[in-house]
Amino acid sequence: MTIQFNDESFRDDYTFHNSEWAIKRFPFPFHEDSYMYSVNMEQHRGGPEGSVYEMRFDVDEHYVSEMKDRAIVLDQDPLRCQSLPHMTLAGWDLLELIMVSKSEDYPDLFELHRNGNQWRWINKPLGIDHSFTFMDETTLPYGPMEYITRQAQGDFAVLDQRDEMLWMDAGMVTTQADWSLDFDIGMNFFEWHAPVPKAHEMGIFKRALKFLLNIQQGAPARRLNWTMTVNPLLDTSPENYHKWGIQKTTLTPENIAHKQHLRVELQTFFRLPRSNALVFPIRCYLCSFQDLMTVPKWGRRLHRVVRDLPVELATYKGFIDNRPMMLDYLSQFDDGLPTSPGVWPDLETEPPLSK
Amino acid sequence: MSKFEFPKSIASRPIWGTLEVRSGEHHLMIAEAEGAEAVIDIATPDLMAKTHLIYIPKGTDFSERLQALNPAQFYESPSYAAALHRIRRVLEDAHMGLQVYLTGTEGMMGQAMNEVVAVGLPHTAIQTEHRGSVARRMQCVHCKGVTEDVEVDPFVCSHCGLNLFVRDHYSRRLAAYQGVRVDAEDHGNVPEPKGIYE
Repeated sequence: MTIQFNDESFRDDYTFHNSEWAIKRFPFPFHEDSYMYSVNMEQHRGGPEGSVYEMRFDVDEHYVSEMKDRAIVLDQDPLRCQSLPHMTLAGWDLLELIMVSKSEDYPDLFELHRNGNQWRWINKPLGIDHSFTFMDETTLPYGPMEYITRQAQGDFAVLDQRDEMLWMDAGMVTTQADWSLDFDIGMNFFEWHAPVPKAHEMGIFKRALKFLLNIQQGAPARRLNWTMTVNPLLDTSPENYHKWGIQKTTLTPENIAHKQHLRVELQTFFRLPRSNALVFPIRCYLCSFQDLMTVPKWGRRLHRVVRDLPVELATYKGFIDNRPMMLDYLSQFDDGLPTSPGVWPDLETEPPLSK
Repeated sequence: MSKFEFPKSIASRPIWGTLEVRSGEHHLMIAEAEGAEAVIDIATPDLMAKTHLIYIPKGTDFSERLQALNPAQFYESPSYAAALHRIRRVLEDAHMGLQVYLTGTEGMMGQAMNEVVAVGLPHTAIQTEHRGSVARRMQCVHCKGVTEDVEVDPFVCSHCGLNLFVRDHYSRRLAAYQGVRVDAEDHGNVPEPKGIYE
């Protein structure tokens, strides 16, 4: 299929919007009517046709505008992209993985021509046609990780593996759910997750680490995570929290339908071949409450999840103050009917709202 | 009392130890303020005869008592920043097997630890013991400026002037805790500052 790329903004006037196609394929993260932390890993080997899980690196209608937003963030704060000196090889690994995957998965949008180390990369949506020498940094305008992640949606954490541990030693982080690469770079897996409540005590991180250390080449994995964001703001960074934090207080019963967004991260994990590093793309999808409510099953379920979420989690996810207003809105879309298991919209089989 | 029991915290928060004598031909000790007492507690004539001791008084007066221990080398520095060049010079000549003892505030120990690791010594060669002030070295996540010796929460960033709350999240690379605007969601609503552990 050919993707029509939106011309939209993720700041100031917030013209971001989802087409009907994007709403139907939104990665709704709740497979049942309640939520608690879990490792929830599965293999990342495709998914239903047209879903965000189908390709290794999903490209959607927001691609071009998201890359413009990333460039703005990097202009304002170059510390959002950093790589410790020993991570350059992993950067080349990542460049290769993304170029090969995108050119194979979206041949109408991306082309990669390789003749030994002489590579030609064509990125049609962004208007790039670039010949360079693989593994020769002087032939790229940026380091390899920065070069390719300026052309790929989502954040990228590149993790070194040593001493049976993962280390956050490189990354491109401009669409994050309130964590700082500049602060966390160099930390180990337990340290950078330190601020997350409850999950440590539940053993979540120990199990997750064990799983991740054993990810093999060619056998990537994935999981979903989620939070809430007022306005379709991609850059919810701690660096800029002193500017965007106040936006949370602009929510009213009149604007909540289009202003409040469910923010879902599709997290994938790939082993990199030369460096043995692990790359951890964190792809952010936003969907407004009013768009989510067009799927009756999701309307019923989101109300129940938000209502029953433990206070600690709602606080950590930053919407405890707005929860009552969210519930007032969401309850209109919950008629008490049961919901079908799983995350899919099930539009053909689930009953319409009956109230 | 110069010893303080830190409350249990999150996984990125450092846990400091208690100094003990280790065998080895060369020893480097950096004692800041009440850290001098931790050195005095473990000092033996044999250990001190192989020790380069750097003392940063920060308002304390342990100079005579430390010199009476007869360290192989003794240096008193008015501040950590002033001592840094000497510390780097000493580490430049360090051989494998050098034993490092850091004692004083968290900020000094965190920064000195980075210097030691940067020259390639293993972290297992470093011992630490917290003594004295529980003030923290804080990095403002917004402007990136570091404010030294922060005793209260919230505090004012010495660089950008925002009111920041004191997190327990700690970066070893920066040797600093993270400070985040406390009134970001309600501008001007800054709680009364109180001691970090009050």
